[in-house]
Amino acid sequence: MHSIPGRRVILSLFLAFLLLPIYWLVNMSFKTNGEIVSTMTLWPHQPTIANYMRIFTDESWYSGYINSLKYVVINTIISISVALPAAYAFSRYRFLGDKHLFFWLLSNRMAPAAVYALPFFNLYSAINLFDTPWAVALAHCIFNVPLAVWILEGFVSGVPREIDETAFLDGYSFPRFFVRILVPLIASGIGVAAFFCFMFSWVELLLARTLTSVDAKPISAVMTRTVSAAGMDWGLLAAAGVLTIIPGALVIWFVRNYIARGFALGRV
Amino acid sequence: MDKTINQKAWFLVLPVFLVVAFSAVLPLMTVVNYSMQDTFGNNQFFWNGVGWFKELLDPTTDLGGRFLASLWRNLFFSAVILAIEVPLGIVVALSMPRQGFSVAVCLVILALPLLIPWNVVGTIWQIFGRPDIGLLGYVLNSLGLNYNYVSNDLDAWATVIVMDVWHWTSLVALLCYAGLKSIPDAYYQAAQIDGASRWAVFKAIQLPKMNRVLLIAVLLRFMDSFMIYTEPFVVTGGGPGNSTTFVSIELVKIALGQFDLGKAAALSLVYNLIIIIVCWIFYTVMTNAGVERRVVVDKKGVK
Repeated sequence: MHSIPGRRVILSLFLAFLLLPIYWLVNMSFKTNGEIVSTMTLWPHQPTIANYMRIFTDESWYSGYINSLKYVVINTIISISVALPAAYAFSRYRFLGDKHLFFWLLSNRMAPAAVYALPFFNLYSAINLFDTPWAVALAHCIFNVPLAVWILEGFVSGVPREIDETAFLDGYSFPRFFVRILVPLIASGIGVAAFFCFMFSWVELLLARTLTSVDAKPISAVMTRTVSAAGMDWGLLAAAGVLTIIPGALVIWFVRNYIARGFALGRV
Repeated sequence: MDKTINQKAWFLVLPVFLVVAFSAVLPLMTVVNYSMQDTFGNNQFFWNGVGWFKELLDPTTDLGGRFLASLWRNLFFSAVILAIEVPLGIVVALSMPRQGFSVAVCLVILALPLLIPWNVVGTIWQIFGRPDIGLLGYVLNSLGLNYNYVSNDLDAWATVIVMDVWHWTSLVALLCYAGLKSIPDAYYQAAQIDGASRWAVFKAIQLPKMNRVLLIAVLLRFMDSFMIYTEPFVVTGGGPGNSTTFVSIELVKIALGQFDLGKAAALSLVYNLIIIIVCWIFYTVMTNAGVERRVVVDKKGVK
């Protein structure tokens, strides 16, 4: 009853539609530029890993990945650590202005990055953080902290209040209760929130590109620069693209059942 | 669940408040400041009052014309992708296998496009659509269609829309699937006993149960498509001409390209205002849906 007629065909077609462009990228990444430009081949006839070797040996390329990872990790740590207590407060207590605060957070999650690009540039230049991973990490907090609060609030609300009350009766202080009891109970929620912070910071380009110039240039910006550089090195570009897909693709398996929840800000 | 009133909870929220205020309030104040002034370089600023806003909302001026054109273009784009992605997402969610290993595989493949960096999404379609080296462009051209997204407006639009469908339909599908999974088997059994048709089951059971997630999906997709920047920027760069220049692309052009701070700031504020209004609708819908669900549960509890 759950399914509709012809569902296998529909689903297969749609999944093929999703995979085909990705396959093409992978295909290109294993070709030489000569083969890419001269002939149309459905699979690499002279497979080569030269494109990948260049990325792994050329510092201007692989440092892009390291820079990206730096700000993504800093951002994830900041977001989760400030969001955890707030999620608990929103889930358990009513306080002055709580609903407005919750809405204000949401409105920041939705704010277009383009609006903030220029003021962020001024702000982080003024406090000498421009072109460091910290600038990008803090800038990405604007959408990741609200996201983490919304996701974690859902998970904390799933923990029965009786557990809090019992712990306090047993003489747990608030910090001890938080670290020893609550955090282990919502460990999967923290994992999901961390995954989504990681992901949204990883996929963002506009702010990361605006707030860096040389030292902290993220991989996404390195890629755009190479596109416009002398001639088109399609194979190299494709290889760099494939390498940016891999982190998400690896972790996706562990969060597959929570994906919908994360994208819906914890409200499914 | 009843919440207790406790003003001390503010201490727990304070870190979040400070971090977000630092990233949001300070920059926004700069924007408000700029929007009222004009500059001719050298860090000299002149008071311009609401001049930029007047110009922005007047289609006869250059700024107003560009803003309104990109706004309509953007709204049209959002409408088109919603009209495609929502029905397609529902159909895909309904087509998902019921159980077993294949569910996990399908979920992972569905989620894959959502996790690709946005500029790589652009790169993928840039390569895929090129007539000389891309499979899509090559096949279309060898079928006799003269497809070229760099020079033809219609092809550029089609590419951007298909790219967005590719990128985000999975989100709608995953949310709908989550909604469908929450329907107890008893509902289907009851429908079977009543001899309900496939369509009746969809209309009377599945669609109402998906209401909430569908609303979330529609609003999220609207917001994100309204802010779209990276993917069309990489593929078409806003062109050919201005045909795929959406609001964000126009804003970045004015702010970082021409360094027209006043104009960019005024545009930012109007843009943000639109987002906040839609966001308010979103918030109200989400919280009301939560309350309704709670009421239903309570009623069941009373019985």
